[in-house]
Amino acid sequence: MFPSRIWREAKHRYRLEAGKCKKCGKVVFPYRLICPECGHREFEKVILPDTGKLVTFSVIRVAPSQFTDEAPYAIGIAELTNGVKLLAQIADCDVDQIKVGMEIRIEFRRVQTDSHHGVLSYGYKFVPKWY
Amino acid sequence: MRDVAVVGVGITKFGEVWDNSLRDIYVEAALAAIDDAGVDHLDSMTVGCMTGGLFVGQEHLGSLLADYLGQKNLAASRVETACASGGLAFRNAFIEVASGMSDIVMAGGVEKMTDIGGDGATYALAAAADQEYEVFHGATFPGLYALMAVAHMEKYGTTRDMLSAVAVKNHNNGSMNPFAQYPFKITKETVENSVMVASPLRIMDCSPITDGAAAVILTTVDIAKKLGKPIIKVIGSGHATDMIALHSRDDITTLQATSVAAEKAFKMAGKTIKDIDFAEVHDCFTIAEIIVTESLGLFAPGKGGEAVLKGETSLEGAFPINTSGGLKSKGHPVGATGAAQIVEVVKQLRGEAENGRQLKNNPKVGMAQNMGGSGGSTLVHILEVD
Amino acid sequence: MVGIVGYGAHIPRHRIKVEEIAKVWGADAPSYKKGLMLREKSVPTPDCDTITLSVEATKNALKRAGNIDPADIGAIYIGSESHPYAVKPSGTVVAEAIGAVPHIHCADYEFACKAGSEAMFVTLGLVKAGEMKYALAIGGDTSQGAPGDALEYSASAGAAAYIMGTENLIAESLYTHSFMTDTPDFWRREYQFYPQHGGRFTGEPAYFKHSMGAANAIMEKAGMKPQDFNYVVFHQPNGKFPQRVGKMLGFTKEQIEPGWLSPTLGNTYSGASPIGLTSTLDISKPGDLILMVSYGSGSGSDAFIWKVTERIDEVRDKAVRTRKLLDENITYVDYGTYAKFRHKIRKND
Repeated sequence: MFPSRIWREAKHRYRLEAGKCKKCGKVVFPYRLICPECGHREFEKVILPDTGKLVTFSVIRVAPSQFTDEAPYAIGIAELTNGVKLLAQIADCDVDQIKVGMEIRIEFRRVQTDSHHGVLSYGYKFVPKWY
Repeated sequence: MRDVAVVGVGITKFGEVWDNSLRDIYVEAALAAIDDAGVDHLDSMTVGCMTGGLFVGQEHLGSLLADYLGQKNLAASRVETACASGGLAFRNAFIEVASGMSDIVMAGGVEKMTDIGGDGATYALAAAADQEYEVFHGATFPGLYALMAVAHMEKYGTTRDMLSAVAVKNHNNGSMNPFAQYPFKITKETVENSVMVASPLRIMDCSPITDGAAAVILTTVDIAKKLGKPIIKVIGSGHATDMIALHSRDDITTLQATSVAAEKAFKMAGKTIKDIDFAEVHDCFTIAEIIVTESLGLFAPGKGGEAVLKGETSLEGAFPINTSGGLKSKGHPVGATGAAQIVEVVKQLRGEAENGRQLKNNPKVGMAQNMGGSGGSTLVHILEVD
Repeated sequence: MVGIVGYGAHIPRHRIKVEEIAKVWGADAPSYKKGLMLREKSVPTPDCDTITLSVEATKNALKRAGNIDPADIGAIYIGSESHPYAVKPSGTVVAEAIGAVPHIHCADYEFACKAGSEAMFVTLGLVKAGEMKYALAIGGDTSQGAPGDALEYSASAGAAAYIMGTENLIAESLYTHSFMTDTPDFWRREYQFYPQHGGRFTGEPAYFKHSMGAANAIMEKAGMKPQDFNYVVFHQPNGKFPQRVGKMLGFTKEQIEPGWLSPTLGNTYSGASPIGLTSTLDISKPGDLILMVSYGSGSGSDAFIWKVTERIDEVRDKAVRTRKLLDENITYVDYGTYAKFRHKIRKND
């Protein structure tokens, strides 16, 4: 992946920076220029909480080429404690033990390794919340 | 707005078409449509193609395909709404004729997906999802629909059997379609034992990678009468989008773009779902067909699976769905699908569907629902035979 | 006053047992376990590397530091021998991840297993000199052991992070001392995937000489003896070396115990003594004196004397304790999975 694409998303992927609409309070992640709820165009910066619950998940067994070494891996949508939903891989778990409603925590992980010479992509993954 | 009719349809045999290129298969379908219509010229052409660029490195399809179709200086272009590109091409052509801008317009769809290898195809298809917030994390299309399936099963108790029933039904219909990629029946056991792709979806829950093209010709009802063609009017067209990423949507057990597009189409046609006799819907994955039928208002939320199990959407059922074999059995050359759906609707309304899949009860009103990505775009059309 | 304002560690969840590795290479597992005093080690999944471990360790350090603004961190140094890039710092990613950019100094450190303590050494100096309010030192590794080599049984993964400052200290730095000579006991040439070592040469002339050299020098500087300390943390390339050097210096098993993690953690290289210090701090009491002596091949040792403050009671449980990460919620892998995770299986590019 070209470095500019990775670099631009760092504030979202590394720091979970989101935008809270100054008018209606809806939190959007990643940033947008216009609130999808009320159309307002001003936001204040908020950081997403790092815990939540799984709303749905699936175990990917036929993976795209960047992820073949990791198959089977699970992806899921989690609803964080502030209501924001996001999609990420679910790491550090037995893929057969995942359940809807499982509590998760967000951890910083390497998401993509671009062969032996590309730029590394870091970001967030879910892990089961065990403490 | 003028009344618009479909006067010609053409389609290629869907499959892994090694011998023919993108331009070959499109022209084959287009010529078949022109011959079927008996028109001697076109005013313009809109082609739906999700991504000639990523699949075969070819953009600028309007120019290329008008050229290869022998249509000198034709106003031609390519439109894109992921897997709903064909449906969008149809809508644009409809608007062009209805508005009075043009009289005879071709709407087509084409996708050549096998010149790139499996990995390349997966990469190209992923462009229909949220590249930075879904694909980046390893979400695949089966994965995204699997997320919907899990949510639907959690909320409504939809079962493995219900998903399998969709695939079995569609293969049953497709086995009678000479243009289908997989024209053979399958059993529920075949589906259940097929390899897991993204839990709970197995390979037999997923539509295939396909090369194919379809084309239809739209014109005014007056011209259609002059051509001596059965009058198949486009009475409703609806187009809507939804948030592209699944996690942005409030409820992933329903497809809001489908509901909204359908509402618009019904309103325009002055009809409700009860007035529709049959439909071609976008079964890119078995769960998609179930959710679509609920989102169209055909079945109550959560009841779509039960309905398939009971046979309500089979050829003999109260509301036949995917008489063509659907995307599962017919194949899913993504940009062509929307146009291929129209081809089937027209054939059924004309009474020309091949082999045993022609509906016996003289259908009058048919519907086509064509979806892009994980439901981020939907086109719904309603056609009626006079 | 200068010292630790926040500390934290991170250890991945997977483990592999000595028996699993020995089985593949036809080695005698019981004698390895006895000789190394090691039973199992941590294994990073492919999505864990020095950068990710450092971020998680730093988040724990920030939790214990209280309400500090990451923008007040004036420097970030990560010491590792498995930085993900040969050229492009690990520190920049971690600084971005915690929001400490852009007014911050950054350098990646390397000195085999003491790269982490080096970062600690330098950050203390910068903060003491009044150059910045806080400075962040991290030692972490996802180290590689050559297949079939003795080091394959111990090379593991983990990281510890320390935020140094002058106020609200958890532990004050009383003395530091560094002892170093050119002793090539363990090295890795550029473009080599695995390190090499001098076998028994890594013992007396290397690990023991430098650990003891630094320990004795700092105790002399401080006018202290082993009995004056509550705890001591040594570099732990296996379970045996820290016990032996402790005994040679005159420390007891009880003093070594809380910081002695290698029997089940393995050797986290640049993370080793820094992580050992975190588990010691986790159970320490106000007033406790802790001696920490790192060791890095090449060779050298950094020694520190810490005095725990009242604040430890308030903050020790503001983040997860190191022993909990080491002992709980772990899962074992077989050698094949381990080899896959550690990129030891040859694939086409």
